[in-house]
Amino acid sequence: MSTYFNEMMDRGAVRPPYAQLQGWVDQMPAELRNLKQAEAEALFRRIGITFAVYGEGGDPDRLIPFDMFPRVFAAQEWFRLERGIKQRARALNAFLADVYDRGEIVRAGRIPARLVYLNEAYEKAVAGFRPPKGVYSHIVGIDLVRTGPDEFYVLEDNCRTPSGVSYMLENREIMMRMFPELFASNRIQPVEAYPELLRSTLASVAPANCPGEPNIVILTPGHFNSAYYEHSFLADMMGVELVEGQDLFVEGGQVYMRTTQGPKRVDVIYRRIDDAFLDPLCFRPDSMLGVPGLMDVYRSGGVSICSAPGAGVADDKAVYTYVPEMVRFYLGEEPILQNVPTWQCAKADELTHVLENLGDLVVKEVHGSGGYGMLVGPKSTKAEIEAFRAKIIDAPDNYIAQPTLALSTVPSFVEQGVAPRHVDLRPYCLVGERIELVPGGLTRVALREGSLVVNSSQGGGVKDTWVLAE
Amino acid sequence: MRLAVEHVTTYTYDRPVRRVVQSHRLTPTACQNQRVIDWAVTVSDGVRGGSFRDGAGDRIEGWSVKGPVEAIEVRVKGLVETQDMAGVLKGLRESVPAVAWLGETAPTAPDGALRDLAAQGAGGDALSLAHDLAGLVAGAIAWVPGRTDASTSAAEALAQGEGVCQDHAHALIALARLRDLPARYVSGYMFDAGEAGEAAHAWAEIWIEGLGWVGFDPANRCCPDARYIRLGCGMDGAGAAPIRGVARGLATESLQIAVAVAQAQQ
Repeated sequence: MSTYFNEMMDRGAVRPPYAQLQGWVDQMPAELRNLKQAEAEALFRRIGITFAVYGEGGDPDRLIPFDMFPRVFAAQEWFRLERGIKQRARALNAFLADVYDRGEIVRAGRIPARLVYLNEAYEKAVAGFRPPKGVYSHIVGIDLVRTGPDEFYVLEDNCRTPSGVSYMLENREIMMRMFPELFASNRIQPVEAYPELLRSTLASVAPANCPGEPNIVILTPGHFNSAYYEHSFLADMMGVELVEGQDLFVEGGQVYMRTTQGPKRVDVIYRRIDDAFLDPLCFRPDSMLGVPGLMDVYRSGGVSICSAPGAGVADDKAVYTYVPEMVRFYLGEEPILQNVPTWQCAKADELTHVLENLGDLVVKEVHGSGGYGMLVGPKSTKAEIEAFRAKIIDAPDNYIAQPTLALSTVPSFVEQGVAPRHVDLRPYCLVGERIELVPGGLTRVALREGSLVVNSSQGGGVKDTWVLAE
Repeated sequence: MRLAVEHVTTYTYDRPVRRVVQSHRLTPTACQNQRVIDWAVTVSDGVRGGSFRDGAGDRIEGWSVKGPVEAIEVRVKGLVETQDMAGVLKGLRESVPAVAWLGETAPTAPDGALRDLAAQGAGGDALSLAHDLAGLVAGAIAWVPGRTDASTSAAEALAQGEGVCQDHAHALIALARLRDLPARYVSGYMFDAGEAGEAAHAWAEIWIEGLGWVGFDPANRCCPDARYIRLGCGMDGAGAAPIRGVARGLATESLQIAVAVAQAQQ
């Protein structure tokens, strides 16, 4: 598989950011490696970081595999990525502020009206409402893949509640504990500032009428949610309360949290539940997870909700195609990060192309996530392809297709030793009064040989992601 | 026309409830068709919450009652000066673009019969098509109270051929959207000297390019005029409900509504 870009080895030579790691891995005896791997697993078990996967059954508390071989970026590589990520996060927020206001981009004919306003994630309920500082998506998770030294593509944007940042922090923590010598011999930029940056980002979008230091809470659907660990981890790291819907109530245009000392006013809610469940009086009337009346308080300016309800319209897979256009339209700049060429099955001519080339394409559901309901053409059997063809023909609007990308590889520890495995990257960009990005992110790795699917639900693991100082 | 409204909604619970929270769409729309002279909403033991205009231009107001209570009374009393504008909604400031009202919700989801009926709509332009569709709905669903309830869908009402204003509105919305005309559900009041009228009323609005939102009331085979007071709108009846609320507790709720709309002396 020499056609894949190997981030460590370039034509037999070790690329500079990985220089120190060559010796490290060469000098590590197999027994030590196994010992370390067992130690890592024990550490993850002990801190309780597990990842339940919807629809798979089996052990809900199974560990997501951690691969000890780090993924490394040089300062220069990161510099360009950082500019591209921040640019994209700005454009996505500008788009959201626009479509809930005058919709200039639609009026200008740069994106179809129906794609935006008939989108499932477009919320009429917040049209005309401007959230504090005009920010809708406060944590933008941008999924990137690399195909060459300077070639990065955005796979998808996550503007609602991207998860996984706890892995970024825990992976680093575990690596520092197990291999302190690596952190002495490499100048690795820290990621520990993330929780404090998240806290100050959330505080910066407190409502205008907030008296003094804003009270921030994380609203979780509860312990049965697959990312519950992350919710409690972030609450801990930020020093804020973790609450469920039933812990909150509204009165007199404010939200309050029940405490042993009586009700305490809440100013900013970092919610990890979907729009549909936020408030039974505004969205799904059967929701037991939300807070009745919350949206009335929000829309009258009594509380901030992060991400803002309705933010999902920017990360829809069909809207994704237009993100480069957003960058040009709102920022007057050329996009630094490229989109993956995408065919929309909703368009007749593009559908024809997709159906004729199913064997070479990756087909995804427009509203799907987590690697479910997708077809990886080159890795599928004829029968799987034909079954998927029928699904697409049945509801073409539900699907988009992309070429199979030659995802870069990073050396990974496998049973036979060290071997290249495909990776992606999810950095977490924070948007409040300022735009912040810690140097790092979550690297997911497809641990099965030859696999291009990095989702943890499909056998993916994670790695520590290093950004070296200059 | 000057209309006096008295609208009392009483919720009674078979055991005490706490933390009742409501979201009201109970204030007349700010538009040229009507002018509020006097308007007051009160909730027994209630605390007034946030108040704002939503994307569709409706005034929304939150309320809460700490409890425990066994009954809650929501009382609306007011005086409104209305004008006949031939059904056209004028001067409403809204942020939701018309195209967003083409979506589909469960109560307005089309079935074969609704599609067939929609296909029968003729008319050279959007306005005459809309009139035609309203006439088709009025002909297909007879006004018979008590045969449908709040959860009846447009398809179900059409199948049984009977219903009330909510069913007429849902059916017309379904037909209009099938013909690519944005449509929405409007809740409000109607003054009617006759017997068939429902003082708490509902109708549909259809977007006519160049004209804006035009109301159609298949139940009365007309467009809203000076007898109508508009409160707010939504994708369907549930979305446009004048009161949405929940209470904590396992109590069974019973609901009583009394609405009177009278013509006031000038």
